[in-house]
Amino acid sequence: MIISIASGKGGTGKTTVATNLAFSLGKNVQLMDCDVEEPNSHLFLNPEIKDKQAVIAPVPLIDEDKCTWCKKCMEICRFGAIAVVGKKVITFPDLCHSCGGCMAVCPEHAVSEGDRELGDIETGSIKENLFVQGRLNVGQVMSPPIIKKILTLARDGMVNIIDAPPGTSCPVIAAMKGADFVLLVTEPTPFGLHDLALAVETVKILKIPHGIVINRAGMGNDGVKEYAKKEGIPILMEIPFDKKIAQVYSRGELIVEKMPEYKDKFLDLFDHINRLIKDPGDKGAGFK
Amino acid sequence: MKIAVTSKGRNLDSKVDPRFGRAAYILIIDTDTLEFEVVDNAKNANSFKGAGIQAAASISEKNAEVLLTGFCGPNAFKTLDTANVKVVSDVAGIVRDAVKNFNKGDISFTDAANVEGHW
Ligand code: SF4
Ligand code: SF4
Repeated sequence: MIISIASGKGGTGKTTVATNLAFSLGKNVQLMDCDVEEPNSHLFLNPEIKDKQAVIAPVPLIDEDKCTWCKKCMEICRFGAIAVVGKKVITFPDLCHSCGGCMAVCPEHAVSEGDRELGDIETGSIKENLFVQGRLNVGQVMSPPIIKKILTLARDGMVNIIDAPPGTSCPVIAAMKGADFVLLVTEPTPFGLHDLALAVETVKILKIPHGIVINRAGMGNDGVKEYAKKEGIPILMEIPFDKKIAQVYSRGELIVEKMPEYKDKFLDLFDHINRLIKDPGDKGAGFK
Repeated sequence: MKIAVTSKGRNLDSKVDPRFGRAAYILIIDTDTLEFEVVDNAKNANSFKGAGIQAAASISEKNAEVLLTGFCGPNAFKTLDTANVKVVSDVAGIVRDAVKNFNKGDISFTDAANVEGHW
């Protein structure tokens, strides 16, 4: 099973939900941190990292002896990553999306594949559970290949919890695709609602069952609840706006460890997710 | 000599467009006769990425030897440099005056990008 935990923007508590849910389940769990620009779930879970592998993507290499400066490569590249000026071809590896277009189109076979390191993936364990995290190299902008690679490590028969990157563009879609359920974490504020609505649109396009967790409940207004009701999206959990929770978080600790009464709430959340995967119409106890 | 000037309009009395890749127009001007050709840069201006690179390639194609503009990013600069097009940045005001100043030699060439690229 794959549960992807996402939010329209950063800092809403996505990692809090992912790490506390993983810890509450306690066994047969794999946490997959796909927030590759800033993976931080390791700070809360202290995994033992055992292996690290580079993620490589091809970039064009030009053989100037074969090139006839026909510009076909430049014309096909949507990303402006290749330019033919006079009798020279320049490439911009940082802009390249490794689509292979220039290699396919070159009539002189002057374009070959060079390697560029996008980032790396680390794997390890937390007691008997598994941990994976990806990290984008500084200066690189292409995170989807790293995220897709992480997702290939999802294990059948385990609960794979994905800490998705913030936002609603390609990287998040990569971290939602293939998930059995998407949990959307939001704050009950107008900003939170705005980003939540964008995230909901994305999940709907992907046709994945989904539900909402409201973090810092009690601040802000009722906008998120009204929206959820209107859209028929279940609110599966509310984590209150509480000084003690904020302190636990800022010390890099888990809520369920310091406030054990939360463990049952996270287990209830998991039960409800399970029911919704089986029957997306299940309104359960959490539906408000 | 032919030079390229980024411009907000289609003639010499327009204002210099401070942007390079996303300039509205690029005028390719003969510095002796002041005859010019208008390059409509709308396609680049709206392009997803690499606007500066495309604009740089197109002015090199027009055989411009110098570019007068406001800001030039690193990728565009690299392309212009490869194409042997010299860059004068921080140019402002009316295109005609910019060319006049250029002809007087009242300019200095840039040897690096003066603005960060944006993603
Ligand atoms: S591989 Fe694709 S994105 Fe990269 S330079 Fe070639 S055409 Fe452009
Ligand atoms: S398509 Fe091939 S031959 Fe044509 S300019 Fe590009 S590298 Fe050179």
